[in-house]
Amino acid sequence: MYFDFANVLVFLLLGLGLSGMMLGLGRLLRPSNPLAPKLDTYECGEPPTGSAWINFNIRFYLVALIFVIFDVEIAFMYPVVAVFRDWLLSGRGLYALAELLLFIGVLAIGLVYVWVKRDLEWVKQLPAEQPTDLSRAA
Amino acid sequence: MPDSALSVAIFYAFALLTVGSAAAVAFSSNIVYSAFALMGTLFGVAAIYVFLAADFVAAAQVLIYIGGILVLILFAVMLTHRIATIDVSNRSVGRVPALLVVGGVAAVMSYAVHHTAWPTIATLPDAPSTYAIGNGFLGPYVLPFELASFVLLAVLIGAIVISRKELKS
Repeated sequence: MYFDFANVLVFLLLGLGLSGMMLGLGRLLRPSNPLAPKLDTYECGEPPTGSAWINFNIRFYLVALIFVIFDVEIAFMYPVVAVFRDWLLSGRGLYALAELLLFIGVLAIGLVYVWVKRDLEWVKQLPAEQPTDLSRAA
Repeated sequence: MPDSALSVAIFYAFALLTVGSAAAVAFSSNIVYSAFALMGTLFGVAAIYVFLAADFVAAAQVLIYIGGILVLILFAVMLTHRIATIDVSNRSVGRVPALLVVGGVAAVMSYAVHHTAWPTIATLPDAPSTYAIGNGFLGPYVLPFELASFVLLAVLIGAIVISRKELKS
């Protein structure tokens, strides 16, 4: 098991080392000619206006919220799925499957609720929402 | 985990990453940088879970906290109005009283850590813990496992209802 995590560590170090090496090589090779406009945010050649840190549309937040819930669901289901073959071979596969389906089914109710309440739609028709927010965030 | 000098060095590197990132979270005056520094803390904690032979918890930490909660925190930060000019939220308590309180809490916690008879095992198991957790979910802990889905359902609907109210106001 520790060997597997050592693999992860080696990949981490390789990623850090390679990106550091690329930046270091670039620094050695490129001509140095610092200019203030070069530090601007590149925005398709247009002069950028204002900060890049604008207020996001709250729709991003709702989608992230729903994502976290189903992320936790995956984390819960993973160990069960890992032993599912053992349970199948010992003749208790139907029980395990029923339990998993119940687990998914309860959370599917939540997904149906969100869907029916139209929270998954990008443009939700609400009187208070200004569509200009959306075009700025996009 | 073999107690070689290399593994000890790796442990201290990750401990340094955890504590250093936590300090960056606490001391940065820009809330966006704080949120990004939180990633180092969460990742370092995941590495410490690996050192405790808790492989599933470590993977879940990366999957949920870095992949989910941190993204959520960043979106929440991006929903605040003046991101770059956030003031220190509580100026009513000065640094000296804060240091006293933090020092007191640290003293109590270190006393508790040093005087508790922790159950220890001689050698950590070098086997994945996922199978045991899965068998537990299907066997003796089947009710908590199913209840967890109800808790998640309640969280999902509650969070959606609360944030939708903010949208309307």
